[in-house]
Amino acid sequence: MSTVEISCVEVWREISNYLDGEISVELRERMRTHFEVCDHCTAVLDGTRNIVQLVGDGRIFPMPDGFSERLYKKIRERLSP
Amino acid sequence: MISSVNPLRTRPGDRCAFCNFLRVPASHSREHHFLLVVGMNMAQPQLESTEAELIKRVCGGEPQAFEELLRPYERLVYATAISILRNPADAEEVAQEAVLKAFSKLSSFRGESRFSTWLVQITYNEARMKLRRERQHLYESIDREQQDQEGEYWPRDFADWRPIPSELLEKKEVREALQNGINSLSPMYREIVILRDVQNLNLKDTAAVLGIPEGSVKTRLHRARLQLRDFLAPGIDGSWSSGQNYRKVRAW
Repeated sequence: MSTVEISCVEVWREISNYLDGEISVELRERMRTHFEVCDHCTAVLDGTRNIVQLVGDGRIFPMPDGFSERLYKKIRERLSP
Repeated sequence: MISSVNPLRTRPGDRCAFCNFLRVPASHSREHHFLLVVGMNMAQPQLESTEAELIKRVCGGEPQAFEELLRPYERLVYATAISILRNPADAEEVAQEAVLKAFSKLSSFRGESRFSTWLVQITYNEARMKLRRERQHLYESIDREQQDQEGEYWPRDFADWRPIPSELLEKKEVREALQNGINSLSPMYREIVILRDVQNLNLKDTAAVLGIPEGSVKTRLHRARLQLRDFLAPGIDGSWSSGQNYRKVRAW
């Protein structure tokens, strides 16, 4: 069974959902086939995936030094009569 | 919770920022890594029952248990605040206010959402209120922007990206570039990226926190990610690691 082609514009629209697995099996297959032959869309996919991985690393927004201590100090002040 | 984990992150061979920067072995599951990020552990049902116990203890006259209840979510509260306020000092102040508010309102928590979602919701509202109080004009422009930017966003750059290894996050310039990228997003996109991609909240919880439909979460996340990619393209194409000048590539 052949896969129905999909345009670059349609692929761009769904790239984020593709990464999150939020699309149908049928659409995923059409996009996958498209990525095999389209360097531009593959570049967008790879770049976006890389961004999501880097952003999710957790080191980007470190808590300020002493954040926890100050937070619990506040709570204890509230708790003390 | 586990089924909602974003399948993109740590894979075998990646470095894990939360496990002493060791290489992540094949047996080190993505879920373990993600839940560490938000301060949870693999035994989610057990965690929820422990939380329920702690909430009961706090409401039953044992306020000291609140610290134990809160501890896994400090990072979540802080990141939510800074996503809106962008300033570490303001974010810390709001995080403290939000936590104290959560403490005083804990008896009204009915368990209809997870405790973490409820806490994020309070933090989000506190941060928005601070913006409203201190930057009324800006807040108004944010509201207008929220209505105006639901259209399409097309990628602007088609350079063939080489993967950026997470080791590079140890370089201050790379961390700052990512922070600047996120901060360059308008508030509605910044919030989405922080909640979904930094804090890994699932679709449903993100929609609940922001009070928008799940479809809008998806649309905004899509736009946010593509904008972030375009913003960071000058470094992502390899120039961060190779020192080569960036060459922009367009499809037309």
